[in-house]
Amino acid sequence: MSVLAVEVPYWGQSLLRVLGGIVAVLLPAGTIVYVFLFKMMSFMQSRLGPMEAGPYGSMQLFAEVGKWLQKEDLVPDGADKPIFKIAPLIVLGSTFLLVAAIPFGPDAVFTNFSAGVFYALAVSSISVIGILIAGWSSANKYSLLGGLRAAGQLIAYELPLVLAVVGVVIQAGTMNMQGIVVAQNEGSMFGWDGLGNPFVITQFIGFVVFMISVQAELTQVPFDMPVAESELVSGYMTEYSGFRFLTFFIAEFATAGVFSLIASVLFLGGWGIPFAWFGWDGIDDVSNWMNVAGPLILFTKMMLLAFIIMWVRFSYPRLREDQLQTFAWKFLIPLSLANIAVTAILKVAV
Amino acid sequence: MMVPVLLAASEVNVALNVAFGVLAVVMIGAALFVVTTKNVVHAALWLVIVLSGMAAQYLLAAAEFVAVSQVLVYVGAVMVLFLFGIMLTRAQIGAEGNLNNPGWALGIPVALLLLGVMGWAIIDLFGDQTIEEAPGGASTQAISDQILSPYLAPFLAITFVLLAAAIGAIVLARKD
Repeated sequence: MSVLAVEVPYWGQSLLRVLGGIVAVLLPAGTIVYVFLFKMMSFMQSRLGPMEAGPYGSMQLFAEVGKWLQKEDLVPDGADKPIFKIAPLIVLGSTFLLVAAIPFGPDAVFTNFSAGVFYALAVSSISVIGILIAGWSSANKYSLLGGLRAAGQLIAYELPLVLAVVGVVIQAGTMNMQGIVVAQNEGSMFGWDGLGNPFVITQFIGFVVFMISVQAELTQVPFDMPVAESELVSGYMTEYSGFRFLTFFIAEFATAGVFSLIASVLFLGGWGIPFAWFGWDGIDDVSNWMNVAGPLILFTKMMLLAFIIMWVRFSYPRLREDQLQTFAWKFLIPLSLANIAVTAILKVAV
Repeated sequence: MMVPVLLAASEVNVALNVAFGVLAVVMIGAALFVVTTKNVVHAALWLVIVLSGMAAQYLLAAAEFVAVSQVLVYVGAVMVLFLFGIMLTRAQIGAEGNLNNPGWALGIPVALLLLGVMGWAIIDLFGDQTIEEAPGGASTQAISDQILSPYLAPFLAITFVLLAAAIGAIVLARKD
């Protein structure tokens, strides 16, 4: 790999990848919190939101982080201390593992896993362990209930999430994320290649199921029973304060950003623009400047999807616990299975 | 004798061999903690480390798909269900008494016997043979080609076993 005609040694590449991964996780998280959580929610409620720190309150996030870091790191007396302390780090760590599979440009990839999507779905399930043990080790009944609710919900919605992706994998013919991006941008709709073939059109059912499952996996309203404040105080986060609460908070929005990135790669064409626009023949033919423009394009698509997630979050009331389970098992899973069957038949027949 | 048995393709892959050794030590240590810890939830968490170490070993062997499956099935599903079940029934914090089965000492010779038999079988079968690396590294595609053509019948048989298990679980769980 060479950056600006300078040959980078292996350790330098690894360092660059780690730094890039940190940026790719924290930048979307910060942007989502400021633009949507602080500003959009305030405007929807006819108020201004934070205005004091920096122009239009744009430095509010740094003030918040500073505030949380100053607070005492409380651990309940009856808690299982080492596990209580490590739990938020497991949740945030799974987000960092998740970003490794996402391609940001023709050469701007962290790893080019041949089973990229499968990897992303697998490591996203690690965070459940962190949430469960956070709830258990707090020595608090509300926390334990929240942790159990979270586990039940995340297991239930993991299935439609995986099954919705299967349709995309069948249509693209590969599990490699880079391959899925290329398949969408090289493709054409009935011979017209002005838009490529973004899977959001052909896999619309898969897209809707995927976004609903993501909403539930992120425990965002209307699926926020694990932290339902009117029933469980704060669910599995009840006993956390200071730096460890901050870790959970960052993980929540960083995962929202990373799942939006994955959804843009799977359904909106990822970093790419239709290759026909510039007459590129394939991935090897793509111009080098796409390594700079690609991340920006992907970031724009990510913001669009994150907007939808947050819009739903601020618009709907919470579902009931049994409605949530019924919705996953009796509606989403059969629907995504039917989607797989139809996609497979069309793939073979057409 | 010992060294060629323990180490993969000798001179070239020094880093791989070092990583294998480190992971093996961590896994053995964690496995010992699984059986010696005084708390059921801690035992389950040490088991998570053993199973993740297994996934890392698969990655070192360039078996990407198997490694990811290991994480998805064992860490993501089986261990979460273990923890879920433990926390629903006996979610005690701190040391518990009487966790050991009265016949626990019998486990040691059985484990050693299994290790001996499996180790002997593998050494007898492969000796110092080197397994060739798959060209191109498109192992995911190779696995699916293998499953859906020569191994189709066993694959379908396994799916029927799983279906039967799922139906059985539903029958057991129904109240009427």
